Amino acid sequence: MSTFLGMPAHAPRGVGQLRGDEPFPAAARTALANPQLRRNLQHATTTIRGKSGRVIAEVPDWQELRSAGSALKAYTMANLPQLLEQLEEKVTAAGGVVHWAADANEANRIVTELVRATGEQRVIKVKSMATQEIGLNEALEAAGITPVETDLAELIVQLGHDKPSHILVPAIHRNRSEIREIFLREMPGVDPALTDDPPELAGAARRYLRETFLSTRVAVSGANFAIADTGTLAVVESEGNGRMCLTLPDTLITVMGIEKVVPSWPDLEVFLQLLPRASTGERMNPYTSMWTGVTPGDGPQNFHLVLLDNGRTAVLADEVGRQALHCIRCSACLNVCPVYERTGGHAYGSVYPGPIGAVLSPQLTGVEDNASLPYASSLCGACFDACPVKIDIPSILVHLRNQAPHPRSEKAAMAAAAYTMDRPRLYERAQRAVRFSKLLGKRGRGLPPPLNGWAASRDLPDPPAESFRDWWRGR
Amino acid sequence: MRIALFATCLADTMFPAAAKATVQLLERLGHEVVFPEAQTCCGQMHINTGYQQEALPLVRRYVRTFEPCDVVVAPSGSCVGSIRHQHATVARQAGDEGLASRAEAVAGRTYELSELLVDVLKVEDVGAYYPHRVTYHPTCHSLRVLRVGDRPLRLLRQVRGLDLVELPAAEQCCGFGGTFAVKNADTSTAMLADKMRHVLDTGADVCTAGDASCLMHIGGGLSRLRTGVRTVHLAEILASTEAPS
Repeated sequence: MSTFLGMPAHAPRGVGQLRGDEPFPAAARTALANPQLRRNLQHATTTIRGKSGRVIAEVPDWQELRSAGSALKAYTMANLPQLLEQLEEKVTAAGGVVHWAADANEANRIVTELVRATGEQRVIKVKSMATQEIGLNEALEAAGITPVETDLAELIVQLGHDKPSHILVPAIHRNRSEIREIFLREMPGVDPALTDDPPELAGAARRYLRETFLSTRVAVSGANFAIADTGTLAVVESEGNGRMCLTLPDTLITVMGIEKVVPSWPDLEVFLQLLPRASTGERMNPYTSMWTGVTPGDGPQNFHLVLLDNGRTAVLADEVGRQALHCIRCSACLNVCPVYERTGGHAYGSVYPGPIGAVLSPQLTGVEDNASLPYASSLCGACFDACPVKIDIPSILVHLRNQAPHPRSEKAAMAAAAYTMDRPRLYERAQRAVRFSKLLGKRGRGLPPPLNGWAASRDLPDPPAESFRDWWRGR
Repeated sequence: MRIALFATCLADTMFPAAAKATVQLLERLGHEVVFPEAQTCCGQMHINTGYQQEALPLVRRYVRTFEPCDVVVAPSGSCVGSIRHQHATVARQAGDEGLASRAEAVAGRTYELSELLVDVLKVEDVGAYYPHRVTYHPTCHSLRVLRVGDRPLRLLRQVRGLDLVELPAAEQCCGFGGTFAVKNADTSTAMLADKMRHVLDTGADVCTAGDASCLMHIGGGLSRLRTGVRTVHLAEILASTEAPS
């Protein structure tokens, strides 16, 4: 016998970063007017697209790998409860402690208490989407604990009192002269003669971070994968900062979305081929760190794993939308998206921007809290083609649009249009009426809102003298 | 062959030249074209804007209208894309499994123009003459939903007098996206600006595509800026001959 516990909850309001301050079209309008942002994004996404395309072309079985990745994720989602319990059992047996967090508030509370229990005032952080999603840094700061981001781009964002704008390259909206200014203003002990030469900027960050790595005893990370049948966690990264955080401190706290679990060790063979090529355009990421619980005399002696739901179970309940949980956070869809390339990530208002954000954020929060995001796409389909685990993002967008609250006037117009289209004689009368559309002003300039958005940059064609069907009948 | 034309509501109402050209082209190639008058709209706009329930009667209408036909052609990649990839889903979501399987069957006999010509009628040289410098925009749904590939280009290469020039960054969306063009007018315009820049860079005097909707968008921008570059549907180019029409 089973007990119905009610529908799973969405990510709570008032905590974390899944909801924007304004709808996408308004936020996009601001971003589009920023020439520096436009140039940075265009340059960065074009570069990554090229690099990724070249290394993917080297893999003869790329399509088969994508299918394998997709199938593994589908299997995982279908067996999530068992796999998570297996993971918990294995991590516990290896000396780790597993915590279950239903939402952002609970996860923040667990992590804050764990840090407090160590007596430390500062934590070092490995770049993690999950902790950004729940607003962990803000929660730690509120408790008097200083989180230090150690991924270079994440550090730039943190020092700049900014928000990440890309899943993989959170400071993609910044160029080197802006980074220099941020470092000069915010980085403790920075050399005032710092130039905007990239190696010099990296050197400044390295000096600051080394000092921090060596003097901090608690680290917080996310996870790219968790292997259920061994209890092993995996973090892949490019800078080595992750390796420092995962090995030097006494205590390691990992916050992981429940969808990151994979059934068994050999599954990594698929994902570790897909992820670097699709994300950074590398054949293999420079650092892959794996750990299983606690190893005496080697690495952190206290390991805590926080399993985060925060709306994921609600996503899982949607037959079409659940594919969004297959995401391995490579950001290939951002890099190929013509919308993202022009608006950047901040316009999406969530830590998950771009096409995947447009399907994931509204599902985590409930679509009414992110109602403009499913529409932040021209449905061009480039994301679906680029996704290494074949998430059909356009279909999910259309599915979510069907669930989104619709403006009353639009609803009325759509109903009227459908009514007309289903009655050929009425439809013909409407066709004839189009001929009088000229009365609304030349080339559509007198169109009422929201149709005036069309005429802001595009002429409407002059209506034809006769419709096709009139011509057909008359010939 | 007896071919049923699905003109699409947009071409029927605003761009009859594209639908007329489809008729003239197919008749010139020796086929019989029929136009079932019960047809209106495929429902793509409703489906893609989040109005599946409203689209359901339109899906039913399309299926009922074209069910008796052996082969259906539409001069639109996105309408055929919707028919092939969305109609059955809409029916299924509404719990109408019977309609879903009928929709699948009709969709299987519905072709975009370049698919019909190259795959079904097995013709690439349609005997057209079009003495202009032309660039081809692939349109996202022809490219990524239908996967028409280079079929339109193969047809264009055989057109006499036509100087085909490659469009840079051709596979990037023009920014139309149906109601996206209105709901996200600013982003849509930013995408259009780049598409127009690429079209102008080719030095072409005509930009063509297999979808009147994308052409309405690109053409609307080119017209607003008085570029002097026109948009012409692929069907119109393929229907052109040396003989005065």
